Amino acid sequence: MFLSIDLIYILEKLILIVIIVSISMVVAMYTTLAERKVAAFIQDRRGPNRAGPFGLLQPLADGLKLFFKEEIIPMFSNKFLFVLGPGLAMLTALMTSAVIPWGSKLELFGREISLQIADINIGILYVFGVVSLGVYGIIVGSWSSNNKYSLMGGLRAASQIISYELALGISLIALLMVTGTLSLKEMVLQQQEGYWNIVYQPLGFFLFLVCTFAECNRTPFDLPEAENELIGGYHTEYSSMKLGFYLFAEYINMFISSAVMATLFFGGYDIPFLDESTLPVNVAGVLGIVALFLKIAFFLFLFIWVRWTIPRFRYDQLMGLGWKVLLPLALLNMFLTGAAILFFDK
Amino acid sequence: MQPLTNRSQAVNRAPLTWWERIYLPAIIGGLSITLKHFFRKKPTINYPEKTRPFSPVFRGLHILNRDEQGRENCTACGLCAVACPAEAITMEAAERLPGEEHLYREEKYAARYEINMLRCIFCGLCEEACPKDAIYLSETFAPSDYQRKQFIYSKNDLLIPHPEKEPEAYKKALGNRAGKKEVK
Repeated sequence: MFLSIDLIYILEKLILIVIIVSISMVVAMYTTLAERKVAAFIQDRRGPNRAGPFGLLQPLADGLKLFFKEEIIPMFSNKFLFVLGPGLAMLTALMTSAVIPWGSKLELFGREISLQIADINIGILYVFGVVSLGVYGIIVGSWSSNNKYSLMGGLRAASQIISYELALGISLIALLMVTGTLSLKEMVLQQQEGYWNIVYQPLGFFLFLVCTFAECNRTPFDLPEAENELIGGYHTEYSSMKLGFYLFAEYINMFISSAVMATLFFGGYDIPFLDESTLPVNVAGVLGIVALFLKIAFFLFLFIWVRWTIPRFRYDQLMGLGWKVLLPLALLNMFLTGAAILFFDK
Repeated sequence: MQPLTNRSQAVNRAPLTWWERIYLPAIIGGLSITLKHFFRKKPTINYPEKTRPFSPVFRGLHILNRDEQGRENCTACGLCAVACPAEAITMEAAERLPGEEHLYREEKYAARYEINMLRCIFCGLCEEACPKDAIYLSETFAPSDYQRKQFIYSKNDLLIPHPEKEPEAYKKALGNRAGKKEVK
């Protein structure tokens, strides 16, 4: 009896994992289309509109193209690590989705299904750990391709992510001081009852946003893959679907980072000005998922919008910004938050 | 050295002010500019679905005209070939036999009539030279092809559709210019 219930629980989680991974993939696919469309619109062009209505089949065509391309592994590369690199990038990009609460819960077949793969009480620490692992995909790939441009890209990625992770972590510590919990689910529940965390932590959110841009290697911090200096940086030597995995991992990273930002600062699946407890469980669950995805879509648009607006930073500017501006600001934010908590005795 | 134009400017190497160094005002300004462009009307025309209207004097692919009964106007006089500055037109004349009166308007007709569309410069001098209202430049342009020999258009490619058998296609090919010249 006990065993059978457990099996169903495992099955339920497995199905949830498959659904979330495939949704991440699909969202990442269509983010590539959105990127091209938004870029085109910003530049007064129309963008891809030949494959399917409004170019909706364009991501499929791109994927197919990448699959059919010739796969080249350079002769002097470390073959094992060369293949491992894009896989690692993809794996770490997908792993973060495990602790994000994608919705409250659904009632299906008489069971109450929580829409979170794992509600672990150190959720935020896990996100951190996995996100900082993400740089290994880039470093391993760039080092093993035995190309000086790739190596430069990898070096840049490593130093950039280390510099920005500090400010990211410290801005989060201030948030943790306010919420008093590391579990993402509990944070969302708190924000559902009270105000969103952005109200308490505007500076913290801003720092988090800037650091997320750097963590995702997005413009203006896309130095690891600076095309005009490094010929593509860490993926110079990559071709076919291995290149596709690197490019794809970037979009999945954006998606997950947007989800984390929405969860931490914008109430996750909370719908503003609506008391979810008055609605039936399933309706509230579905509406919550929609709300979360709308928030994610906004952040994805922001990522793309910024990319097609701002030029790239110079490398010394990047480092100066990270260590001399963002880190002191994050420390100041932490100090002010602590002082405010002591003062108001919250 | 003297400046070659009056547009040269000294590069401003002054260090950034505090306002410039926080980047944010400039970034927000840039974002608002790109957002404005995002909602702007696109100047692009979706080509194969939509085409720009041609001007009334547009000179495109040639058509060989027929009269109302569907007889070919061309008598193979060769004036168009003489007038052609690019020497793109070749023709061979033949005599109309008894019983072919419904095909050709006059006693002599062009058995072979070829225009090399790669040589043609679409100047329209053939149209001006023609005394028989037989050749016109229409409002279409030569489609692309893979082989050079496909660009040598023969009589079959150039002849206008029959006005009695395919009246609609005839009218469309005639355009707004052909058939208005006075025949001598």
